Amino acid sequence: MAEFTLPKNSVLTQGKTYTAPEGTKNIRRFEIYRWDPDTGENPRIDIYELDADLCGTKVLDAIITIKNEVDSTLTFRRSCREGVCGSCAMNVNGKNSLACTKAISDYPDTIKIYPLPHLQVVKDLVPDMTNFYAQYAEIKPWLTSKTTPPATERLQSRADRDKLDGLYDCVLCACCSTSCPSYWWNSDKYLGPAVLLQAYRWLVDSRDEATEERLTQLDDAFKLYRCHTIMNCTDTCPKGLNPAKAIAETKKLLVNRKT
Amino acid sequence: MDFHLIKPMINKIAVFGNSTTKSATQHWLMQRITAVILIPLSFQLIVFLDLCMNAPYQQTVDWLQSPLNRLCIGVWLLAVFYHAAIGLQVVIEDYVADQGLQAKLIKAINLSFLFLMVAALFFMFRVI
Repeated sequence: MAEFTLPKNSVLTQGKTYTAPEGTKNIRRFEIYRWDPDTGENPRIDIYELDADLCGTKVLDAIITIKNEVDSTLTFRRSCREGVCGSCAMNVNGKNSLACTKAISDYPDTIKIYPLPHLQVVKDLVPDMTNFYAQYAEIKPWLTSKTTPPATERLQSRADRDKLDGLYDCVLCACCSTSCPSYWWNSDKYLGPAVLLQAYRWLVDSRDEATEERLTQLDDAFKLYRCHTIMNCTDTCPKGLNPAKAIAETKKLLVNRKT
Repeated sequence: MDFHLIKPMINKIAVFGNSTTKSATQHWLMQRITAVILIPLSFQLIVFLDLCMNAPYQQTVDWLQSPLNRLCIGVWLLAVFYHAAIGLQVVIEDYVADQGLQAKLIKAINLSFLFLMVAALFFMFRVI
């Protein structure tokens, strides 16, 4: 059965508090999930107080400031710091987001930062993305052609190219998939919104010639149809994309294929 | 009849609308189609339930004897039990991770709703 209680070793404890130096005027308080697999201890919440005037404007800036100046053991992923790479996906105040695109000033009070929900934690804010990437590989996210390649590029009309807008922009940060309750319960079998959005991206690509095989793969009670239109994916996407619509369009393609 | 002979028959009946054995798209589509069918028919059901509770027995039977009303309630019974069976199956698939238990529960649900559907139709046609 689905687990509705936390395992004993995942119960959170209160960790250390790092107070801001005396005289700090613009204090912002961050509560951050910490877990170190090497210590064997339960995860804890560490509290950091920062001078908001001295760190950058985004949540990621604050985390980088903490690592550089307060506590170098804090572990997290980041790369581009401008919402393009998808590395710094984490749960900020209960909503999955890219820490680099969320302004500290958007949050009125304490900012609570956790790793993406329902993934195994590697350390602190770093989740294990192995299953997510394996599922992405499963949909064969590349152009598949059966005809002889043309001498030049594979061309497509402007209208066909427009169909890829809102799909190719996905940075695979996994914010949507890890916000989906269906994905929480059945992530071993359900592909999840991010991967299904990518599957649709190849289904509507006029240059791809494996539509039939792709649809056959998706016509599965678990791979696709665990989506119950909860819409958390669309609500949480930090890039403003609409995975729920892509999934609905995929279902329409499947229905039309049958009739 | 020997149980060994009827067991495969029961197994066959028990997987009606099973999303894992048939096309998942068909299963999903049937869930939507039955839901849409149930919307207008449920208004007729409300009239019927009102009669059951507030009108004399004979008036209720007379109402049910009208071909249109009989058809509406009959189709409602078919649709509602089918819709409930395939819907509950999805819930079980969502929350019951154990594959063996999942298959058993789906079979039990399907057989229960099939029994209720047949019983309801039988009693409806018996009173009219």
